[in-house]
Amino acid sequence: MLSEFGFFKDMQNQIPADGVHPYSLVSQLFSDETDKLRFVFVPEGKKIGYEENKVFIFPVGSTLIKTFAYLNKNGPMDQQLLETRLLINTNEGWQAISYVWNEQQTDARRTIAGATIPTSFFNSEGKQIDVRYRAPNQNQCKECHQVNKTMTPIGPKARNMNKNVEYQSGGMNQLLYWAALGWIDQNLQSTSMSNYLDLDATLEDRARAYLDINCGHCHIPGGSADTTGLYLNFTEKDREQLGIYKKPVAAGRASGNLKYSIVPGHSNESIMLYRMRSLDPGIMMPESGRALADDAGIELIKNWIDKL
Amino acid sequence: MRSLKLSNRFFIASLFLSTSVFSAVQVIQPSENSYQDIQEALILAEPGDVVRLTAGTFYLRDSLSLDVNGVQVEGEGMNQTILDFSDQQSGAQGLSVTSDNVTLQDFSIQNAKGDAIKVKGVTNIKFLRVKTEWTNGPSSENGAYGLYPVESTNVLIDGCVAIGASDAGIYVGQSKNIIVRNSRAEYNVAGIEIENSYYADVFNNLATNNTGGILIFDLPGLPQQGGHHVRVFNNRSVGNNTDNFAPEGNIVGEVPRGTGIIIQANSDVEIFDNEIGDNDTVNIAVVTYGNETDDQTYYPHPKSIQIHGNEFGPTGYNPDTSKGELAQILFDLSGGNMPDIFWDGLVPLSQIIFGQPQDEKMIITNNGDGSLLAIKPIGFMLPYLEPAILDINEFDGQISPLPKVEFDENF
Repeated sequence: MLSEFGFFKDMQNQIPADGVHPYSLVSQLFSDETDKLRFVFVPEGKKIGYEENKVFIFPVGSTLIKTFAYLNKNGPMDQQLLETRLLINTNEGWQAISYVWNEQQTDARRTIAGATIPTSFFNSEGKQIDVRYRAPNQNQCKECHQVNKTMTPIGPKARNMNKNVEYQSGGMNQLLYWAALGWIDQNLQSTSMSNYLDLDATLEDRARAYLDINCGHCHIPGGSADTTGLYLNFTEKDREQLGIYKKPVAAGRASGNLKYSIVPGHSNESIMLYRMRSLDPGIMMPESGRALADDAGIELIKNWIDKL
Repeated sequence: MRSLKLSNRFFIASLFLSTSVFSAVQVIQPSENSYQDIQEALILAEPGDVVRLTAGTFYLRDSLSLDVNGVQVEGEGMNQTILDFSDQQSGAQGLSVTSDNVTLQDFSIQNAKGDAIKVKGVTNIKFLRVKTEWTNGPSSENGAYGLYPVESTNVLIDGCVAIGASDAGIYVGQSKNIIVRNSRAEYNVAGIEIENSYYADVFNNLATNNTGGILIFDLPGLPQQGGHHVRVFNNRSVGNNTDNFAPEGNIVGEVPRGTGIIIQANSDVEIFDNEIGDNDTVNIAVVTYGNETDDQTYYPHPKSIQIHGNEFGPTGYNPDTSKGELAQILFDLSGGNMPDIFWDGLVPLSQIIFGQPQDEKMIITNNGDGSLLAIKPIGFMLPYLEPAILDINEFDGQISPLPKVEFDENF
């Protein structure tokens, strides 16, 4: 059971134990509009390594804890905790496990083959949405978290964490907070990535931030979608590799009878947008991790392609 | 924080400790919980274990995956053990494999929403008597690939059957050391396709009722390209006359109905002792990659191609000019008298002027009464020359046999 780890003082309300700290990301993966509560545990006295544009190098024993929930702030239903995923850095590398919450919401049980949770939630407009939520099986964790066959976290890169967060002690930049904990260097230099929902950022920055965090963990050299040669990670510079006038390789019917991943100025002729819109498992992208379409992301990528 | 650290350490150890040292056979029967049962077995298996699926139909709504080395997944026969994905709700494949030394045998995968079986980035994978099928017949709604190993080393496909894929029935991509034998590919767009791969033997197979029977392709912009050393022999590629049903955008969508074998780009390809006939458009086509690309490292022309000892049946009697340019060009140049073998004759400009290096020239010999048409690009540039070569003897020469593909099949 999840409670056996002792990560939470209060499981149901997701209040972390001492030594377990909340964190959040600038841009985050779309996961059927779930709210994500992230926490990190680093063994006492240990430091976190840093390399620019890479995920932080956490010491052995560190654990990333992520609870997926519908908090239903906009509707009459109570909050629902769906699953809590752990990434544990062991002597043999990172291990992923998922725990699915019980109906009483008191604890979560480990799942190996994943779980299907049919539920509904209230979206930002207060509308009730039905969803067949899927907690991933262990192999599906690896699909996204493996680069060159090595498990790695995805989100906690400095560029994607450089922002203020509300702690119990008050608001603070989370890189400075980590520095104050003694985890990282106070003067760490990092590029920043945009929040793709931030309308003040440029369209290009928002689109590239979106593609990086939603697609770039598989569409990266060494990632599980590298067979296609379509690379959508933040640092990719080659236009064809990014999909511009790139022909599909193994898409099959997921090409939607379109010729290229991205046709500048023509989002409706771009396979990328077609696959983002689809709910058919043989067509949709990402392949796993969503059962709904990400309307905000679709709008963003549509505008980006139309203005390319 | 001491208590958390301690309990953590013991708990984590118990989570990931492997418990068994003996190989085990786990037997699974179809049930309401088929997905859960099979997926758990595939995750909890230890190297050396067998996951056995009994005869019957397993109805699955989510895709299955295997990531443990050395596991054998077996059914009780390709027509007895059926994994049916007609109602698939999530996952882009029927079954995905990402671990080494895996054997898949004696079952079939039906109606996957995407690819039937995808195997990525592994060393040593065997498909024995596995069948992949879309049961509604050819349709652009079918998944792309049946058997789909990619980025892998030592791939054996033996005694398999692939039916109805909207791209290729048996597709090996970006791999090395490949054997495809004793298999049947039917009613796919491409029957058997070897793409961007090194060292492949394709033999004793039947490719029939596809749009194109056997394709040896190389595409730009991929992690592995420059496909080479492919032998295609003792196959029957006959009656591949199903209209192309690939969704547009896909490279195989350009293959005309009625094509026996296509070699596109690639070097060192040997096509011999095959029976190729009853193909509406052409029995063998050797062509250059025809689309634009920014990839400077990519070589789009075929070279060092050897074609010998093949037996040709009728071809070209009903060419499909609706897909790509191949059939139309061929029809125009031949005046309707379609050849068995077509070469588009495209080479780099320097070779048009100075000629091809000796060891890159195509050799065509000992193909019975087989006929040929090869375009002479210089004939297009200089109007007083003939635009095509029709004399097959111009390509006569000494065959330099390519080495056999071998690897330890008893892993």
